[in-house]
Amino acid sequence: MEAAAGGGCGSGPPLLLSEGEQQCYSELFARCAGAAGGGPGSGPPEAARAAPGAATAAAGPVADLFRASQLPAETLHQITELCGAKRVGYFGPTQFYVALKLIAAAQSGLPVRIESIKCELPLPRFMMSKTDAEIRFGNPAELHGTKVQIPYLITEKSTFKRMDDEEKQQETQSPAMSPLASPPSSPPHYQRVPLSHGYSKLRSSTEQMHPAPYEARQSLVQPEGPSSGGPGPKPPRHQASLIRSFSVERELQDHSNYPDEPWRITEEQREYYVNQFRSLQPDPSSFISGSVAKNFFTKSKLSIPELSYIWELSDADCDGALTLPEFCAAFHLIVARKNGYPLPEGLPPTLQPEYLQAAFPKPKWECTLFDSYSESMPANQQPRDLNRMELSVKDMADFPAPTQDVTGDDKQALTSATDEALPKDISEDSATPKDSNSLKARPRSRSYSSTSIEEAMKRGEDPPTPPPRPQKTHSRASSLDLNKVFQPSVPASKSGLLPPPPALPPRPCPSQSEPASEAELHSQLNRAPSQAAESSPTKKDIPYSQPPSKPIRRKFRPENQATESQEPSTTVGGPASVATVKPHPAVQKQSSKQKKAIQTAIRKNKEANAVLARLNSELQQQLKEVHQERIALENQLEQLRPVTVL
Amino acid sequence: MAVPLPGDKTVVAQNYPLYIRSVPTESELKFHYMVHTSLDVVDEKISAMGKALVDQRELYLGLLYPTEDYKVYGYVTNSKVKFVMVVDSSNTALRDNEIRSMFRKLHNSYTDVMCNPFYNPGDRIQSRAFDSMVTSMMVQVC
Repeated sequence: MEAAAGGGCGSGPPLLLSEGEQQCYSELFARCAGAAGGGPGSGPPEAARAAPGAATAAAGPVADLFRASQLPAETLHQITELCGAKRVGYFGPTQFYVALKLIAAAQSGLPVRIESIKCELPLPRFMMSKTDAEIRFGNPAELHGTKVQIPYLITEKSTFKRMDDEEKQQETQSPAMSPLASPPSSPPHYQRVPLSHGYSKLRSSTEQMHPAPYEARQSLVQPEGPSSGGPGPKPPRHQASLIRSFSVERELQDHSNYPDEPWRITEEQREYYVNQFRSLQPDPSSFISGSVAKNFFTKSKLSIPELSYIWELSDADCDGALTLPEFCAAFHLIVARKNGYPLPEGLPPTLQPEYLQAAFPKPKWECTLFDSYSESMPANQQPRDLNRMELSVKDMADFPAPTQDVTGDDKQALTSATDEALPKDISEDSATPKDSNSLKARPRSRSYSSTSIEEAMKRGEDPPTPPPRPQKTHSRASSLDLNKVFQPSVPASKSGLLPPPPALPPRPCPSQSEPASEAELHSQLNRAPSQAAESSPTKKDIPYSQPPSKPIRRKFRPENQATESQEPSTTVGGPASVATVKPHPAVQKQSSKQKKAIQTAIRKNKEANAVLARLNSELQQQLKEVHQERIALENQLEQLRPVTVL
Repeated sequence: MAVPLPGDKTVVAQNYPLYIRSVPTESELKFHYMVHTSLDVVDEKISAMGKALVDQRELYLGLLYPTEDYKVYGYVTNSKVKFVMVVDSSNTALRDNEIRSMFRKLHNSYTDVMCNPFYNPGDRIQSRAFDSMVTSMMVQVC
């Protein structure tokens, strides 16, 4: 160990340090050395670890430390002299350890001499808030407290970060437990488990999915065990927290990794974040929008103010969207918060976007790495992913209703999909329920509009269907002519007064009637004009029953009268006229039937026409009303528009 | 140090305060009241600008009204969020330009707050960045 090395290379007296002393001293030394190095980063501590012999503790922190031992200044002078620092000019590890030992001796009342350090001595006590010794040896209860809270932490963490745990096969180094310093800012109930430690815990407790009571958990917690060798030297943090290493699990490999800075993203974490980023946004070089990120981070069950603060920290350019480094920073902060780290006042330098972009290779390389990584264990991942995501989904029991819908969709997605695109499905499903809801809403509105259209159509359909049109195939084209002639007169009255055709059908049948009429005319003319007198009265009688045919009758009358005047013979004309009257009704009946048909057809047409006209007027009125409504609405809109809403 | 000059910043929308902060913690209620009464003046100024000139309307409203002790400045954003600043009258070092720049900073910080997807418009502003900015401004004034 370092003490032995110090003893070997140093020029001071040989030191025999117990194990506890070794750790304490080396840590103090490292801290002093690291404080001299200044700034965050793993450089100085690693250097200190790697080459302990070459490191020196700066005078400043060492002086502070010595002063904190509350020894009189004279004693401290003596100690420094004795340990050889003044001789050598610097505080090497040997000198430092000797000095500490002397301090311990002085504190326990022994004289400050080299001989006194050869015996067993308690550890020196330093009245500093940052001192490890006080806490370690003064507050064992605190350790228990932290131990108790580990299981709860783990379960919480397990539900949220299971995927990451499963991905990582290579475990990081022995995780460091950071006992709480006395500063009030970190009350005991904060669980300060470094992230790698959390991962290792997860691996051991993979079966436990759901939070269990503390008592049941304790049996699963790895024994703290004696403090392992190799303290985790660290420079003082802006959080002023101490890091101390614990041996936790036997399964842990002594894989040296980054020092346990909570704000440093490890390679595995980085891959996990990139994976998650890609699930939300396939293009690694573009952004995740605010709403998508909000939904995603809300799943972490952190409170909204905390999430809001994390966003504030990570969105450096305040554009409402997260690039890949910003997303990684945000994710890392969330993970840290879930593990109990209080959120920093400002974005740590290791989480700055520039740093993240520079520290890690470009996304393309990461893609390939990830792909190869995922290929290596697809089978293991997927069923575990299924389980984890399912459980993580189930654990979100206290979420509001929308996310419950999301979980429902998640489950469906889980059962259906088996790809690594599971988170993608879930995030898509989280988006799709809203979309589907909105989509579902749209067809409803469409259906409404369609029904209204249909109703309108129905209303419109009734009028347009005209009644069956009368056949135009009736044979009496001449009758149409007649009707046209008659139409100027009242159609209604005409329809009722359309009797059978007159005795002298003017031209009911183009083929038959005319010759018939002509024949009748001729027959009339041929018969004794005496018939004319009788025929005229009979004809007159007939016209009474057939007023419409009067004009036509009158037409022929002059002819008849002309003929009658030419051959006045009334008596002979009587029977002749009777005879002539007889064939007339026969012809009249035929034409009357035809005319009836025509007239009924006409009637129907006119009725239909009237109905259509009425309908047309109604529709016109409706159109006017709609126009008026539209005008009214436009007026309202114009009135509302210039009024600015305050 | 001299008597700390009171500075009071308020962000108001829909006439309830989203954020209110004053440097001397005593007589805070008085500042609340003054801010609330100044809302009327702000509304007056907005409506006086005319509805047609919405685009051309100045965001900075200037001195709303001077009382015997204090001066009240107003600023309205395009989304009708009002910023009201109450400054001690004895602080003659504050010029109009400085007030304008302070309002501009406030506006910028407010837009940053709005960019946060976890912030719902209408909530009280709990952003630490906003707090720190306001604190620094007030310290600068005082």
